[in-house]
Amino acid sequence: MEKASASAWRKFNARYNMIGNVCKTCNTKYFPPRIVCKNCGRNTKMEEYQFSGKGEIFSFTKIHVPSEAFKESAPYVIGVIKLEEGPMIEGHIVDSGKEPQIGAKVKQVFRRMYTDGEEGLITYHFKFELI
Amino acid sequence: MRDVAIIGIGLTKFGERWEHGMRELMAEAGVKAITDANIGSKDVEIVYGSTMASGRFVGQEHMAALLADQLGFKNIPAVRIENACASGGSALRQGYMAVASGMHNIVVVGGVEKMTDVTTSEATTALGGAGDQEWELSQGITFPGLYALMAKRHMHEYGTTEEQLASVAVKNHENAAKNEYAQFRKPISIQDVLKSKVVAEPLKVFDCSPISDGAAVVVLAPLEIAKKYNDTPIKIAASAQASDTLGLSERESLTELKATKIAAANAYKNAGVKPSDINVVEVHDCFTIAEILAIEDLGFYEKGKAAKAIFDGETKLNSKLSVNTSGGLKGCGHPVGATGIKQAVEITMQLRGEAKERQVNGAEIGMTHNVGGSGATAVVHIMKRAN
Repeated sequence: MEKASASAWRKFNARYNMIGNVCKTCNTKYFPPRIVCKNCGRNTKMEEYQFSGKGEIFSFTKIHVPSEAFKESAPYVIGVIKLEEGPMIEGHIVDSGKEPQIGAKVKQVFRRMYTDGEEGLITYHFKFELI
Repeated sequence: MRDVAIIGIGLTKFGERWEHGMRELMAEAGVKAITDANIGSKDVEIVYGSTMASGRFVGQEHMAALLADQLGFKNIPAVRIENACASGGSALRQGYMAVASGMHNIVVVGGVEKMTDVTTSEATTALGGAGDQEWELSQGITFPGLYALMAKRHMHEYGTTEEQLASVAVKNHENAAKNEYAQFRKPISIQDVLKSKVVAEPLKVFDCSPISDGAAVVVLAPLEIAKKYNDTPIKIAASAQASDTLGLSERESLTELKATKIAAANAYKNAGVKPSDINVVEVHDCFTIAEILAIEDLGFYEKGKAAKAIFDGETKLNSKLSVNTSGGLKGCGHPVGATGIKQAVEITMQLRGEAKERQVNGAEIGMTHNVGGSGATAVVHIMKRAN
């Protein structure tokens, strides 16, 4: 678990706004963003890239036994989301009254993730909602 | 490169070892191993130690020096290897390389984890560090959660059922019941698994390996001098390792571990054997789905065919392929840093013909398969009787 707010702040662009990056050498898009392109190595030329936040469920699970920071949230649904731009990312699927299914379309929403135990800071994060 | 042999093995009983701390467990397994190898403390040239998260579990880092100290190996080099749940297999490979290269003769490799001093949620958090901290653990994705995501996809692609998953646990408890070192000695039924508490759908408590205390130690030597110490040295015929993305969702497939496939292909090539030559295998069944993925990725079954084969009993003791005769991580227990070395201990016992009630008849060639995280590390060893 992240105990310091700085580590969450460093990920602000990606976690709040779904900004990843794209390698201008080979045009591969990455979310989460990374420094070195898997295809291009030292010829990497990364630029920021705004993801749409839309995608579909590739796999999902409902977690009943949580880690420490998520004790109050359990049970919660986690999905592997295949973003429409290509990359896959894990994220919460929020309760919208619909049952998640593999292949179902989702869009990104902005939600509270957890409250930091020691500093009481609320951490926010993208989550996904069934369309 | 020199041929390398295992000349000594030592194992503690796995389970909730309330009376014993990390150092007592290491000493218990270590003394057994050096006694079995018939060596003195002064013969040992280097120690490789493995623990995944001793700092998180008992507040103790610097574990390899402690192992050397507790066993009375005075002032020799000691190195800790951490590769999540594959720490043990990775340490064994480092020991193998030290002997194979000619750098050292007698090498001790020991793994330990003392996990029961913390609460379940603290242990869950510590183990979560084997995945991607920034994008998985930070979102509350637990370790069972990662394997649940793989299981769900495997069910979707291949029609794998919860009953088939459960049959892995039933088989491994059946084997563990015959293993005096195992944490669980009681056979269970498919219904027991299906009715147990849900951890991360579709995985229940009985689909998951337990939280365990335990240690395992092996002694390695060049094969050419191994017989001086032991009548039945076991040759390490291949040692292979591969890695993959730390994050699960960055992979092309959720239904195979590419690191396992690559490590296995290299191991088969280096040992000059094929899957059908293997008589007994210890695979990394941290969750029931993991054993299904493992025996597919190791080449024993086509993708999508293993779950039914396990359900039909093809991987029981002394059937088509004996898988996890120790009880695996599920039945024998999973003290994380010890697991990869325990697998080598079990295969050594099998190839020596010392596995008693769970002996695989005529076992000549064995394999171990140790996975770190959700598949970011895989280590495969192939072992043979040396005589």
